[in-house]
Amino acid sequence: MPQKRSQFQFRHTLAGRTFGFVDLADLMAKATPARSGDRLAGFAAESAEERAIAQMTLADVPLSLFLQQALVPYEDDEITRLILDDHDLTAFAPIAHLTVGGFRDWLLSDLATSDVLTSIRAGVTPEMAAAVSKIMRNQDLILVAKKCHIKTAFRNTIGLPGHLSTRLQPNHPTDDLTGIAASMLDGLLYANGDAVIGINPATDNVQQATRLIKMMDEVIQHYEIPTQSCVLTHVTNTIECIEQGAQVDLVFQSIGGTQATNDSFGFNLATLAEAQAAALSLNRGTVGNNVMYFETGQGSALSANAHHGLDQQTCEARAYAVARKFNPLLVNTVVGFIGPEYLYNGKEITRAGLEDHFCGKLLGLPMGCDVCYTNHAEADQNDMDNLLTLLGVAGCTFIMGIPGSDDIMLNYQTTSFHDALYARRALGLKPAPEFELWLEKMAIASSRNTFSLNDALPDAFHHSLNRLTGGHS
Amino acid sequence: MNEQKHTSVGNTDEPVTENAWHTLNAFTDARVGLGRSGVSVPTKHLLPFQLAHAQAIDAVHAQLNINELAHTLSEQPWAPAGKPFQLHSLAVDRATYLQRPDYGRRLNNESAHQLDAHRANSTQAYDLAIVVVDGLSSLAIEQNTLPFLTELFASLDDSKQGWQLAPLCLVEQGRVAIGDDVCERLNAQCVLVLIGERPGLSSPDSLGLYLTWGGKVGLTDAYRNCISNVRPAGMNYPDAARKATYLLNEARTLKLSGVNLKDRSNDDAIDTSTSTNNFLVG
Repeated sequence: MPQKRSQFQFRHTLAGRTFGFVDLADLMAKATPARSGDRLAGFAAESAEERAIAQMTLADVPLSLFLQQALVPYEDDEITRLILDDHDLTAFAPIAHLTVGGFRDWLLSDLATSDVLTSIRAGVTPEMAAAVSKIMRNQDLILVAKKCHIKTAFRNTIGLPGHLSTRLQPNHPTDDLTGIAASMLDGLLYANGDAVIGINPATDNVQQATRLIKMMDEVIQHYEIPTQSCVLTHVTNTIECIEQGAQVDLVFQSIGGTQATNDSFGFNLATLAEAQAAALSLNRGTVGNNVMYFETGQGSALSANAHHGLDQQTCEARAYAVARKFNPLLVNTVVGFIGPEYLYNGKEITRAGLEDHFCGKLLGLPMGCDVCYTNHAEADQNDMDNLLTLLGVAGCTFIMGIPGSDDIMLNYQTTSFHDALYARRALGLKPAPEFELWLEKMAIASSRNTFSLNDALPDAFHHSLNRLTGGHS
Repeated sequence: MNEQKHTSVGNTDEPVTENAWHTLNAFTDARVGLGRSGVSVPTKHLLPFQLAHAQAIDAVHAQLNINELAHTLSEQPWAPAGKPFQLHSLAVDRATYLQRPDYGRRLNNESAHQLDAHRANSTQAYDLAIVVVDGLSSLAIEQNTLPFLTELFASLDDSKQGWQLAPLCLVEQGRVAIGDDVCERLNAQCVLVLIGERPGLSSPDSLGLYLTWGGKVGLTDAYRNCISNVRPAGMNYPDAARKATYLLNEARTLKLSGVNLKDRSNDDAIDTSTSTNNFLVG
């Protein structure tokens, strides 16, 4: 490629050959571990060598450059403004002298204790987190994420070290209440549902959301479950639900890392602020007031043609700036749902899941992961077992729990109730402490030594089952 | 293996613990009450899951038998005049198709020339082009195309709107939007795409229908109406044909499709009159 030197902001010479990178966005994209979405967008490195050179070049970039050169123009994008306006120079001071490569060494070093990582959080921008993640191995992403402790609370306490929570996801293709209740019962008896009981509605409107919110609230009240509910409908629907008196615990929204992405989702930062205020006004939390539940996923900006020339992982990290503005209870990267044009196979899905978890945790988010795949991706249950195990080691906040891994509404596979118990048992992890006490009280499970379920059907649920099956169960 | 011999409820001597609530599977297709070996999925449920996934994978990768389909369709009494066109997208193979959705939305040069030549040699005006696309499940196309189109043509005849049809178009390695390319080249007023949907674990054979008024290259999904999950265990053919006919006639009246064309055919209304009471709370 004969190109003039002046075209390049960054250059790297190797054995007499010069590799050039047009700007910081180009350098970030070419330094990104390979994935189909960046190839589709035309941003990816053209060779393995160019990628390795880009990573070496990126390692020499000072962190402070990310404060001087916005990857999406400040004037055009409210998320850039949020990132730069909220940046805390005092928190940044201990790492201000570092390059991206030096930042990796520092994060891995014993200087970066859990407390120190908490103290620099507000000084780290999403772009800095994305940049350093691009030059980190999978084990680096795991080790540093494990040091980041992010505690949140609503009716229980999420994110304590040594704990793994689950979202019970009782989706049904027609929102049938008996079908949903069946999956809820199954999940609760498999000790799942401490992060949230969250339904993706098949019919997405205010009336349906209100009906599902009421149904879940009745179950939570009836069994006095220390958990929270959420219907994953558009944020504007949830605001309307609250106005109409619905028993909303958590507000949901899918978020992206550019203003244009969020425009395509039909909301902006002001919408989220309004929704958060509305949910807080209900004062339904008992041990905390984190009322937001966000979902993200690499590729959404490209899918919305709203990426401003950024690679998909950098766009994803910018979404975490949106999330942390609103103190969420839970953030979920739905890593394998978007399909093989963005993450082609198990290897790319695994890498993305670890990157998202690391970046989210470094920025201070209660990061969970929908460890999942679609049937047109080159992935299977074994890939999910691997990613689940890696994330469990990394201290992932929560995963999904669904009957037998099969979401019969969204038509994809995610982690099952059984998978969560596997991770808890293999890695010695526990559910949220309030939920764990409830499991003991209800005679569902015992976690004194190794996490295990009781064999008998607990009395309280025996009566419920008899109501449905007429005593033949 | 005798299931009874190796499983039990609440007996710790047996490796598999059955769930007393497994009867709930009468009320949902969700995989509830599977029981457990320790905390893991028992063998008798693990292997059927693997089979379902294998079938879904095969459905994604199986090649459409386009010659046989063209032959079968051309022999039907309702077949539109003209031999079906056998077309191909710009995606040369499945791996390319999966990673380059942009290629799947456009015809390759040879296919484009076929349609352009036909249009240049015919003065016939077309109201509707029906485009059959393999999409993510050739199985869905091979199982559902003939029975659905048989119902659709009966339903269109009943509605007496006098639809003038273009020759059928069959497309390999195509996405929904390739119908726009076809529609524009044939200068049809409207296009109905039949496409194999992304296979679910228990639904490798699901057909999707997409209606676009004035299809032309570059339109987004906001300009389409969709009918999903057409298959023996999902939406049945008469219901799907009735919905499609309704939408086609409405689109023709309003000269539009998409978000401004609401489906009021009324056979999929959600029942919201029942109370929220469920068996968990009595």
